[in-house]
Amino acid sequence: MDPYYKPEHLAQFGSIAEGNPKLAEKFFAWYGEVFKPGALSAREKALIALAVAQVVQCPYCIDAYSRESLQQGADLEQMTEALHVAAAIRGGASLVHGVQMLEHVHKQVMA
Amino acid sequence: MGAPEIEKLSGPRATTSLVSRASPLASAREQLEVLRRLPLKDFPVELRPAAIDIFQINVGKLCNMTCRHCHVDAGPDRTLEMMSRETIDLCLAALDKTDAKTVDITGGAPELNPHFRYLVDACLARGKHVMDRCNLTVLLTGPCRDLPEWFAARGVEIVCSLPHYRKRNTDIQRGEGTFEKSIAALKRLNTAGYGQGDPRRRLTLVHNPVGAFLAGDQKSMEREWKEGLAANYGVTFDALIALNNMPISRFLEWLQASGNLERYMEVLVNAYNPGTLQGLMCRNTLSVGWDGRLFDCDFNQMLELDARYADGRPAHIRDFEPAKLGERAIVTARHCFGCTAGAGSSCGGAIA
Repeated sequence: MDPYYKPEHLAQFGSIAEGNPKLAEKFFAWYGEVFKPGALSAREKALIALAVAQVVQCPYCIDAYSRESLQQGADLEQMTEALHVAAAIRGGASLVHGVQMLEHVHKQVMA
Repeated sequence: MGAPEIEKLSGPRATTSLVSRASPLASAREQLEVLRRLPLKDFPVELRPAAIDIFQINVGKLCNMTCRHCHVDAGPDRTLEMMSRETIDLCLAALDKTDAKTVDITGGAPELNPHFRYLVDACLARGKHVMDRCNLTVLLTGPCRDLPEWFAARGVEIVCSLPHYRKRNTDIQRGEGTFEKSIAALKRLNTAGYGQGDPRRRLTLVHNPVGAFLAGDQKSMEREWKEGLAANYGVTFDALIALNNMPISRFLEWLQASGNLERYMEVLVNAYNPGTLQGLMCRNTLSVGWDGRLFDCDFNQMLELDARYADGRPAHIRDFEPAKLGERAIVTARHCFGCTAGAGSSCGGAIA
């Protein structure tokens, strides 16, 4: 059985234009602009993209931005810290909802 | 070998030379064959030289380090490949026949050639701008300890390798302890006046990626290296240049052993940028080997692809004819994709 994700599909990303060329053109133009160095450097943007890719668990983006982060001069320690930042936010986003849970418990359970 | 000679060669070791291991890749012919066998297109353009602006003199393969990405296969065992005084004098005579403004002295560790200081002084006496390609750690070895001040007194530009502004990747590529020694050497250079904006004491760092990927944006990395080194170590420098690793010698060995060779070559080929062609170093640089043989660049030198006159004669410094050499076709092969990928790569960094 074929795997769900095929690494070669990343190189074919542009083919999504087949279903709607106008929207695809707008997306890729915006995407290109987003990643140009600006107030943030190319390396900072690559590390942010890598961290976000690991939160949303996009294997294509993880591949692409691991390579890009390396190319922009990041090392394993810097990339791992970025991953932990992402994981901490993701984990924290779950945990903070525990405050809402606590409200219910405090209201409904005998003290 | 006496104690001072042994001490001169002390340095971090990331690996050992291909020659010392009798590796098949110690042969230039085998390296070219490995690249030729790959299912890739050939280098697509014919290149012609412009006037010689830079004499790049490789004074030998002796080095106190054995970096993993080295295209020279340099190391402390390479004692035979050492430019003689006689050949150096031939280089100077040839230099006098050109309008080249810059002499770029490289190796191995060029400082370990016993005639190094003679060569530097002779080039300066001719009014040339002199660059020393320095591995930094050699400046901490016995006979070379005074070099920072010696260079500073003469206005020699130091171009030195530092793959990253942090320890991890520097030591992975160049050997355990390299980063600490490099910082110590950089501090000595700063004390001697280098790296603080003085054009007569110019300090340039060279970044090579620590793996099978292209060098990133040079300007962006320069900013980050400057911030990182200043904030963490109080070290300053003038400029950073980024060079792609070439699929030659020990880097080729690593590419093969790690299963990255074909993919890396595809990356280089797919990143081919015709905008780099005008600025390629083979067009304005003449590479002189330790034995006086002439090449279009240091990479061709290591692949033993001699520069040839139009009549097919291999060119040698003893019968240097600059006008006839200007009519030659530059020798190219698949490794040339390393210099034309992305922003391009030359001894002076990104091209496009």
